[in-house]
Amino acid sequence: MNKYNVVIIGGGSAGLSAAVKCYDLGVKNILVIEKEDFLGGILNQCIHNGFGLHEFKEQLSGPEYAYRFIEMIKKTDVEVKLNTMVTNVTKDKHVFYTNESEGFQEIEAQTIIFAMGCYEKNAGAIQLAGDRPVGIYTAGTAQKYLNAEGYLVGKKVFILGSGDIGLIMARRMTLEGAKVLGVAEIMPYSNGLNRNIVQCLNDFDIPLYLSHTVTNVIGKEKLEKIELSQVDDNLLPIKGTEKYFDVDVLLLSVGLIPITDLLKNLDIKINARTKGPVVNEHNETSIPGIFVAGNGLHVHDLVDYVSNEARLSAQGVYKFLNGNLHYNNALIVTKNENGIGYIVPQVVNYLNLDDKFVLKFRVTKPFKNVDIVVKADNQIIKKIFKLNLIPSEMENIEITKDLININTKEISVEVKER
Amino acid sequence: MYDIIIIGAGVIGSFIARELAKYEANILILEKENDVGNVTSMANSAIVHSGYDPVPGTLKAKFNVLGNKQYKKVCEELDVKFLQTGSLTVAISEDQLTVLKDLEKRAHENGVEVKLLNEKEAKQMVPNLNNAVRGALYCPTAGVVDPFNLVVHAMENAIDNGVNLALNEEVINIKQIKDGYRIFTKNHQFDGNIIINATGINGETISDFVTAHHFDIKARKGEYYVLDHFDNNFLSMPIFPLPSEKGKGILMTPTSSLNYLVGPSSEFVDEKDDLSTDALTLKQIREQALLIMKDIPFNMTIRTFAGNRPTPSTHDFIIEKVNNHFINAVGIESPGLASAPAIGKYIADELVQEIIHLTIKQKYNPCVKKYPHPNMLSSQERKELIKTNPKYGHIICKCEGVSEQEILDVLERSCPPHSIKAIKKRVRAGFGRCQGGMCQPLVAKLLANYLKVDLSEINYDELGTQVAKFKTKAGDTDE
Repeated sequence: MNKYNVVIIGGGSAGLSAAVKCYDLGVKNILVIEKEDFLGGILNQCIHNGFGLHEFKEQLSGPEYAYRFIEMIKKTDVEVKLNTMVTNVTKDKHVFYTNESEGFQEIEAQTIIFAMGCYEKNAGAIQLAGDRPVGIYTAGTAQKYLNAEGYLVGKKVFILGSGDIGLIMARRMTLEGAKVLGVAEIMPYSNGLNRNIVQCLNDFDIPLYLSHTVTNVIGKEKLEKIELSQVDDNLLPIKGTEKYFDVDVLLLSVGLIPITDLLKNLDIKINARTKGPVVNEHNETSIPGIFVAGNGLHVHDLVDYVSNEARLSAQGVYKFLNGNLHYNNALIVTKNENGIGYIVPQVVNYLNLDDKFVLKFRVTKPFKNVDIVVKADNQIIKKIFKLNLIPSEMENIEITKDLININTKEISVEVKER
Repeated sequence: MYDIIIIGAGVIGSFIARELAKYEANILILEKENDVGNVTSMANSAIVHSGYDPVPGTLKAKFNVLGNKQYKKVCEELDVKFLQTGSLTVAISEDQLTVLKDLEKRAHENGVEVKLLNEKEAKQMVPNLNNAVRGALYCPTAGVVDPFNLVVHAMENAIDNGVNLALNEEVINIKQIKDGYRIFTKNHQFDGNIIINATGINGETISDFVTAHHFDIKARKGEYYVLDHFDNNFLSMPIFPLPSEKGKGILMTPTSSLNYLVGPSSEFVDEKDDLSTDALTLKQIREQALLIMKDIPFNMTIRTFAGNRPTPSTHDFIIEKVNNHFINAVGIESPGLASAPAIGKYIADELVQEIIHLTIKQKYNPCVKKYPHPNMLSSQERKELIKTNPKYGHIICKCEGVSEQEILDVLERSCPPHSIKAIKKRVRAGFGRCQGGMCQPLVAKLLANYLKVDLSEINYDELGTQVAKFKTKAGDTDE
């Protein structure tokens, strides 16, 4: 049986960054397993620009961003298996995979990084009401048809959900000659990045209907019409506010969920809010030596953040292989309080910290002129003023080691109105 | 001139075809949809009922009990997943316990093996029953089946034994001719000596072309939840509340693919093709289901759907010889799936034989060819399989672990898929939690390559339901 020091499952932005970092740290015997016949993952269908501002200080398209990392990988001795699907992972870190050339194989890993990305919530998951015609796609699927295959799924489009892929597709389909009639968001605020609202909707006069949702889909075989309704404070449709749009396509951009299929067999704890695994300061799961990175951990707004965060997982691997990760003692639990939806990591081991760590979190709703207050065992250790906070933008707060101590039990984060 | 023309390739039509294929006869089956088993047969609870609850003496009771007994063999011959799980019908109050006793009596009259369980025994058998459950009727012969491949493989077996299938042929009129009837579809006409009407929910429309003897078939809509695979031990068998005049009630069942179904609602609808779902009904389903089960994780929902069941005015299956050239086998509501093999046999071996004597074929094979499913093999077997055909090692549908070769296999079979949905029904690509979000473009491309057509011609389901309708400028220069 082949043995690897680290097996990275997924060759997208997280997996590639983790692989490069592992190599740079001196880890030997690195394997990246990718299901597609190319590296880079979903970046390859994101042909718009806006990637790389943090990583490379320039604006790149998705494929260009991926290419930079692929070039880095090529300069290493990292082994890559393309067209290969991992079918099972065991608690003792045996990885089973299948592909055309090797058939079905079992390998042994010292450490594993799950970097499998996320999937899009679909009509079934949101229990979209009405008929079941052809013409309802998740935004990413329509993006794949358009950017990877060269086909438009329709010409009269409505978009439910203001997630970034939906906004990007509003512009993209418009440029290809489709008419985008509107974007509906059930919340009273947008779920996409502000720059996408401006560049993808406003610049093309595409209306954004906040506090609205699609309440009926009409069309027996082919989509003909959608019913849009305003919603009240409890997000329930208000009778009498129905508007109808004749469309042949309804795109859904209603959320992304980390892919955790392989983790479920391992009884790894999943966080109810992020839908990704519970992790420590090195993105390590409840099983020592099993790490997560990227959108498979929690959904990010920017690929640059994914690349950066994946390096932390790589550092975890490096430390684990050298016996430098500690468990059980000096555990600090992070706690999301008022206004905070979730925090990653959920656990921090003081003994594993170099000089600092970063708390990543999202707010539950928009806030203006507030403080983010971080407490260690109820003592305020950090307070940051924020002019604007919105759920669609992930926040980072750096906590230096000197702000806490070996006896710290809990770190909480909350939003405090001024 | 065909000896026999069957109209409708749902589970009933397909089993009639399969049984008739034993005989020397020239047989055609017409289907209005772009695939077999595409209406009622694909949107139901997929339960093979034991036969304890139909009124004794009815056709429902007769064929259900007979059909259930044939299932194991039929599913072996047709290579279809069938799990004989047993079922529980639960009482959630002391009053309901007396009803269970009546049902036990009815089961005995129907010749069905059952056992009354007290509260403790029931909860031992199914730990996730609602605390309110006071007792249950256990029916060991009930089971769950893969309803999609049941129809496809029954039809494939019929085709392999000489039956002709014509899809996308909706019957718009039928006229009497000498020695039979002439059937008109939009573009064609077909003459047959014996016509068998197996058009289910549309049965009365077809029957009315031929006879003045009228019955009504109403559509009763049932909405369902489909839950993801989350815990194979959550529930091992279908759980029913007490039956009512509206049917078997809101049940929860594992499926043959180890998902879970919760439903169906039961409301009459005017339009027989109204398959819409609505928030209120789904809410009621959740509430009702939680009366018999506890802690159903509805957050694992991957899809909701509706199916329409035929509800005949006669309150029983309509299986009758109208005249020497026309047979009705329609209005087959629950327990139709369980009854289908027995109905097929009865029509082929008895009703048709009363009209014309058919001789048994020398070369008849009741079995379909078995194809491998890599993720059901041991590691070693899987390795060997991929060595002989590497495409079994290339996974297309991530959620359900479906390989490229499995898709290519069904394309080669004699009742092949012509749409993305028809592939989904056969191999489960797109049935998982992403609902085809990731694999649909790959499946569409495989189908286009196989059919040697452009991707823009690939339908999701019916003709005219293309998924990638418009080629872009960039697409034009592609390859």
